[in-house]
Amino acid sequence: MVKTFGEFILFLQSMLVRKERFKTLFERTIDESVIIGVNSVFIVAIVSAFIGAVTCVQISYNLVNPLIPKSTIGYMVREMTILELAPTITSIVLAGKVGSSIAGGLGTMRITEQVAALEVMGINSASYLVFPRIVASIVMFPMLVILAMVLSILGGYLAGTLTGAISAQEYIEGIRTDFIPYNILFALIKSVVFAFLVSAISAYKGYFTTGGALEVGSASTAAVNNSIIAILLADFVLAAILL
Amino acid sequence: MIEIHNIQKAFDGNAVLKGITCTFETGKCNLLLGGSGTGKSVLLQCIVGLMKPDIGSITFDGTVFTNNKVGVRQEIRRKIGMLFQGSALFDSMTVFENTEFPLKMLTPEMTKEERRDRVEFCLKRVGLENAGNKMPSEISGGMKKRVGIARAIAPNCTYLFCDEPNSGLDPLTSIKIDELIHEITHEYNITTAIITHDMNSVVEIGDHIIFLHKGLKLWDGTKDEILNAQVPELKEFIFSSSLVRAAKRVDDEGGLEAILAEDPQPQS
Repeated sequence: MVKTFGEFILFLQSMLVRKERFKTLFERTIDESVIIGVNSVFIVAIVSAFIGAVTCVQISYNLVNPLIPKSTIGYMVREMTILELAPTITSIVLAGKVGSSIAGGLGTMRITEQVAALEVMGINSASYLVFPRIVASIVMFPMLVILAMVLSILGGYLAGTLTGAISAQEYIEGIRTDFIPYNILFALIKSVVFAFLVSAISAYKGYFTTGGALEVGSASTAAVNNSIIAILLADFVLAAILL
Repeated sequence: MIEIHNIQKAFDGNAVLKGITCTFETGKCNLLLGGSGTGKSVLLQCIVGLMKPDIGSITFDGTVFTNNKVGVRQEIRRKIGMLFQGSALFDSMTVFENTEFPLKMLTPEMTKEERRDRVEFCLKRVGLENAGNKMPSEISGGMKKRVGIARAIAPNCTYLFCDEPNSGLDPLTSIKIDELIHEITHEYNITTAIITHDMNSVVEIGDHIIFLHKGLKLWDGTKDEILNAQVPELKEFIFSSSLVRAAKRVDDEGGLEAILAEDPQPQS
């Protein structure tokens, strides 16, 4: 465990020494941002909209006390979405999609000697392959989390109003009640930390893959598992520290 | 010229290279010959810096590579071209982009037009002038090797390393790849090292042959000397080759015409 952590730190360090030219890394980061961010919009949109919708319907189902105003549903959807569902669930979804893609891609490059080809050319393969992926994740995850927040609250609105659980006026009143802007900042801080964890862990697992196709699959699975565990641990630590 | 002095490498106490000393001469195809598991690939990986030898030194044209400063090692590495066993082309790039890649990374001073001209020249040199837009998944194994060679020579490499360039290829394509490497070596006067266990390659392009057995260098010489070498392990290796066995059969049975008369080929 300690040895693995030490190797992980050395891996991150190797990415930062002998960096490639800024122009090269910038172009690579843009390419990776498209793969990590733009290509994930659809799945994030679907997941967040339905989570918002289900949250709204289930809160309304449990809210049976007539003394509690209906606008509480909107308030609870907003709080749950911003504080937990958007940053954490989105990051877990992305750990599955982006994490496995990073680990699988790098693992395949490793076993087909493409990483060795870069090294022989005198190119720092960690800097060229991994650094842009981590930067792209750190840039794109918060954007996807903001999108998830918007769509989740919108999903709750549509589900609540279409099922008749809550009126549009009550829902909007609820989502405007006692709004704390810091919660948005908190969610974005979480998303940046999760982005780093998912991309760095997945890259580490993929970069050091040895063997063949079976091991690439194992590396992808391990990347997703470890990323999700890291997200949940970091979620608790950040909540304890920052709230 | 590449000078290798007393290279030793062990994995978990199991010695794979046991003090190899040899020289790869400039302008020649230097063949690292030997059976599977004799340490050829490990030696090559030590030479190109993918692996660090436990003991010993490697010198490229007088500049020590092993244990030198990172900057010096980088400079040497940028003069190295390598053809990998599986070609190691970048899946996400076309043939043109694969060939252009080292130029983009290693020679930022080149303009886009200069790079395009150089890539077109290299692809033409390996006979792939019309394959620039194809993806690696769309071309044959032989074509992939050619792209690998084009990518290796694109930045005007001084040293060319080939890891079993004939593996997985049919005999005719193997000969063509061997000839291409041989021509390029002489044309650009580069130092070429080729890992092989193919006697066809030895006969065709073996300007200088180094025979490895169980992590030791047992013999080195030219292709004209190899058949008379008095090393039992080398003799056994040579005479296990189907090419040499076929040649011996031709001799023993009174020439090719006699064999064909006895066992005629089906007429079409």
